[in-house]
Amino acid sequence: MALAVALVVVIITLLSGYFFWAHTWWFPIDISKHGGAIDRQFTLTLIITGIIFVLAQLALAYAVWRYRDRGDGRKARYSHGNNKLEATWTIAATVLFIGLTLMGYHIWAGIHFVGAAPGAMRVEVWGQQFAWYFRYPGPDGQFGPVHIGDKYDPATGKYIDDNKVDDATGNYLGLDRDHDAASKDDIVTATLAVPVNQQVELILRSKDVTHSFFVRELRLKQDLVPGMEIPIHFTATKTGRFEIACAELCGLGHYKMRAFFEVMTEPDYQKWLQNMAAAQ
Amino acid sequence: MASTVLTPTKPAKAGKPGGSGRGSGGFGPGGSGGGGGWEGYRVPSRTYRLGMWFGLGGIVMLFAAFTSAMVVRRGMSFDWASIAVPRILWLNTGVLLASSLTLELSRRALARRSATQFNRWLYATLVLGLAFLGGQLVAWRELASRGVYLATNPSSSFFYVLTAAHGLHLAGGIIALGYVVFRAGSMVRGLTRRTPLDVAAIYWHFMDGLWIYIFFLLTRWS
Amino acid sequence: MAEMQAEIVHRHEAPKAFIWKYIFSLDHKVIGIQYYLLALFSVFVGLTLSILMRIHLVWPQASIPLLDKVSPLGAPGGVISPEYYLSLLTLHGTIMVFFVLTTAPQGGFGNYFLPLQIGAEDMAFPRLNMLSFWTTFAGLAVLMATFFIHDGPPIGGWTSYPPLSAVGGAAGPGMAVGETLWVVSIAIFCVASMLGAINFIATTLDLRARGLSLMKLPLTCWAWFLTAILGLLSFAVLLAAGVLLLLDRTGGTSFFIPGGLLVSDKPILHSGGSPLLWQHLFWFFGHPEVYIAILPGMGVTSHVLSTFARKPIFGYRAMVYAMSAIGVLGFCVWGHHMFVSGMSPYSAFAFSVLTMAIAIPSAIKTFNWIGTLLGAKIRFSTPMLFSIGFVSLFVTGGLSGIFLGQPPLDIYFHDTYFVLAHFHMIMGVASIFGIFTATYFWFPKMFGRMMNETLGKIHFWITFVGVYAIFMPMHYLGLEGNPRRYAEFIDNFLLPLMSVHRFISIAAFITGAAQLIFLFNLIWSLFKGKKATENPWEATTLEWTVPSPPPFDNFAGKHPVIYHGAYEFSVPGAEKDYIMQNSPEEVAADH
Repeated sequence: MALAVALVVVIITLLSGYFFWAHTWWFPIDISKHGGAIDRQFTLTLIITGIIFVLAQLALAYAVWRYRDRGDGRKARYSHGNNKLEATWTIAATVLFIGLTLMGYHIWAGIHFVGAAPGAMRVEVWGQQFAWYFRYPGPDGQFGPVHIGDKYDPATGKYIDDNKVDDATGNYLGLDRDHDAASKDDIVTATLAVPVNQQVELILRSKDVTHSFFVRELRLKQDLVPGMEIPIHFTATKTGRFEIACAELCGLGHYKMRAFFEVMTEPDYQKWLQNMAAAQ
Repeated sequence: MASTVLTPTKPAKAGKPGGSGRGSGGFGPGGSGGGGGWEGYRVPSRTYRLGMWFGLGGIVMLFAAFTSAMVVRRGMSFDWASIAVPRILWLNTGVLLASSLTLELSRRALARRSATQFNRWLYATLVLGLAFLGGQLVAWRELASRGVYLATNPSSSFFYVLTAAHGLHLAGGIIALGYVVFRAGSMVRGLTRRTPLDVAAIYWHFMDGLWIYIFFLLTRWS
Repeated sequence: MAEMQAEIVHRHEAPKAFIWKYIFSLDHKVIGIQYYLLALFSVFVGLTLSILMRIHLVWPQASIPLLDKVSPLGAPGGVISPEYYLSLLTLHGTIMVFFVLTTAPQGGFGNYFLPLQIGAEDMAFPRLNMLSFWTTFAGLAVLMATFFIHDGPPIGGWTSYPPLSAVGGAAGPGMAVGETLWVVSIAIFCVASMLGAINFIATTLDLRARGLSLMKLPLTCWAWFLTAILGLLSFAVLLAAGVLLLLDRTGGTSFFIPGGLLVSDKPILHSGGSPLLWQHLFWFFGHPEVYIAILPGMGVTSHVLSTFARKPIFGYRAMVYAMSAIGVLGFCVWGHHMFVSGMSPYSAFAFSVLTMAIAIPSAIKTFNWIGTLLGAKIRFSTPMLFSIGFVSLFVTGGLSGIFLGQPPLDIYFHDTYFVLAHFHMIMGVASIFGIFTATYFWFPKMFGRMMNETLGKIHFWITFVGVYAIFMPMHYLGLEGNPRRYAEFIDNFLLPLMSVHRFISIAAFITGAAQLIFLFNLIWSLFKGKKATENPWEATTLEWTVPSPPPFDNFAGKHPVIYHGAYEFSVPGAEKDYIMQNSPEEVAADH
């Protein structure tokens, strides 16, 4: 029995570790400026936890096999522990774990503690059950106001009908192009396209429930919280067509809430944007 | 821990740790021991008090959660409109404070084994408690007459939630005091322990303090 | 004086009437078994739901017999619809977290064995104890009712994030009445857990036998005690959150619902609420809840490892301090569930450091368990196998937390199968292994018969290998970015992963089926098992000093006196290789 337990633990450990080692299943390519740092931090964490994983499981297997009851009348060692050892692994664990997270500090800070550069291109990302819409501000660089749902008037405590959303005419975001000057040139699309090697700031908003914007290759995920405008920025470094998935349970069609994310060369992007503007 | 001598610890000495030895006569199931079933099962009074204190810990967390929700909700919104709290709350506060006083008077009367005094103050506490709840209802009615309901504004939402949660808890205290009234006779005669009264008193005073806190929150912060 | 008191004998008899003896019993042992049965029922429901989910994920068109009888709307013709998949998912999570992982280890085994292990006649407040159980039962009944309403159980997940959970039927099937029942059920459960927790705390602090200092307590008791404190403080917060959510749903308030929403083309008449507020309140409860599930498992694993290793637990004090540290820190790390939620990124980093800090006591515990085995003399009975399995799973599940606790890595892994792998390994399966350990270990004491060892070992082998087969590949899916809570996989990048999903599903079917062996063993042993002696495992704690099963009043009116710590095994010079806690034996030992 002891041997069986030890062997099974060893086999599970090696097999589990092998697939990490062999990269049988692995991250997709990284197409963002910040992604490399994330991947390196992952690899570092994988090496450290991998070593702990293998050592701990093998130690367990070894102890189980080595210290089985052999029926030889030997008594177990009478010991209540060892404070020195206890202190050693407490300190080791502290240094390793806290150290790891501190090493990741600059990555997180780079993504979140500094805002987008002033010249960054801005795109609004809108989530709704179960579709994505993207709004480009157009030549004026301004996003016009949206008219979604009813507006609460704190003075009277009443709700005023303010809904201009009309899926039939393609006005998914409730823009009032006739009255709001800033809305006139706004471009609303179903695909997110950005130029390569240019910083992009996304402003994440939701029409109904919480969604989450996830592009694997960008190493980017951020919730869209109704009532909030959450900014996030990135720079895509490779051109191509990728998938946007919703990563926060948003209702019955959560699994099919997807869109495409295209990174283009600057000329391609300009052409695409013009086409989109023409189609508004 | 270089070398250990395993000596059976002297029970008398080791009874203390955690301050939980049963020093007094309340060692385990004390008392009658008569009959079958649960009549004989009794834990010391202090255990009931301890249980109550921890129960209050849970209630503190409940109201702490409401409070933090209120602070967050208020801090981040544009739609918060303070409401003027009904004036009767001042009166209610006085009534509730008085009820704590009368409850203490009744406990002292019990210590003196003075049945009439004990009963008088106990009933006074009950009446004051009910008067407080009645007063809270009046306050609700007043708000409603001003057109301020649960969903009118976040501040009114919290007003109703906090007062209702407190009122429900206080109603529980009134039921507990009702039980004490039911047992009052035998308590005075020393036939049953006064534990229910003491435990209910902890709870009652706590509800009193909790109300002061909520009242402060509603008048100053909301 | 003490000796004289110990002589005073008050025997108490059980009530005779069936209803008072078995239904509304005040006896902690009966209540413990009631909790256990409730959890056993729940775990098989939860397991069935997960099997259905695994079927749907790999064969979305499969027709499941009888399912259309349960839910004609959600599974027309027995084919699970995507929204019914989410209903299954929601109920699976809710049932498993609340009615299995919270009730079985604490309400079940804690109730039965805390008084026995500390030498008390019962819990401090038997009536409160009965009330907690029946309140829990009411909570389960309300939750189960969601299966039988028109549009089925809610689809909001066990975390029930608003606005999805707050705006009513517009948000999807099950989000009208179903979701309301869900909130009510959880609120009831909160009250029940708080009542139970008060009892555990008072009992541990006040009813310990003479001589049983806190540092002589079995680690199981420490675990139950700390779990009770966590439960008392955290369920109160969930209760508050539940009340507010219920008011948002039914009272027109706007605690969690912001303004200007349009759900299914319907304007939502709310304004100014904060969805993140719910997440903060929920995870303030939700993270301690993880430890509520796992701490008793840690306790029983420590207990059983020491007993079957015939060796004192390695670093008893370190274990106590580690569990306490986990308890305290457990309240400071909730934000790590919210790294990508839109919460302040600065606080995210603070939460990250605290999260890593909580890995330290967890590591200490692991090392101590392995340390306990070094130089041991291991007896491989089924409970021991499961606690070895617990340690292995705890290591595996814990280490994936090191990835998730780092915000930059969580950006990628958040809400992917990597998270599923992590919390199923550590909170789900490891805790369940704790429950199995406790079941095989204490069954003889509870029912006076041994469980069948052969069946137990078969159960262990299939389950141990099976859970690794199910949950290890989920890490790989996470690496590929496979989002969780997807009813079907239609994204291009998910299609190549279907083979992994098929493998997981098949492993799940086999492992799930193996649980029937456990159920069979449980029932068979109840009637046909070998008669258990008073102390079949040669353990040291007080429950093994009384007959199996224990008499109604536990110690037959006597008051045990404690002389030794809980894990005095293989003491040099001692007569046997274990010394009972209440044995007056005096032994000089060299260390």
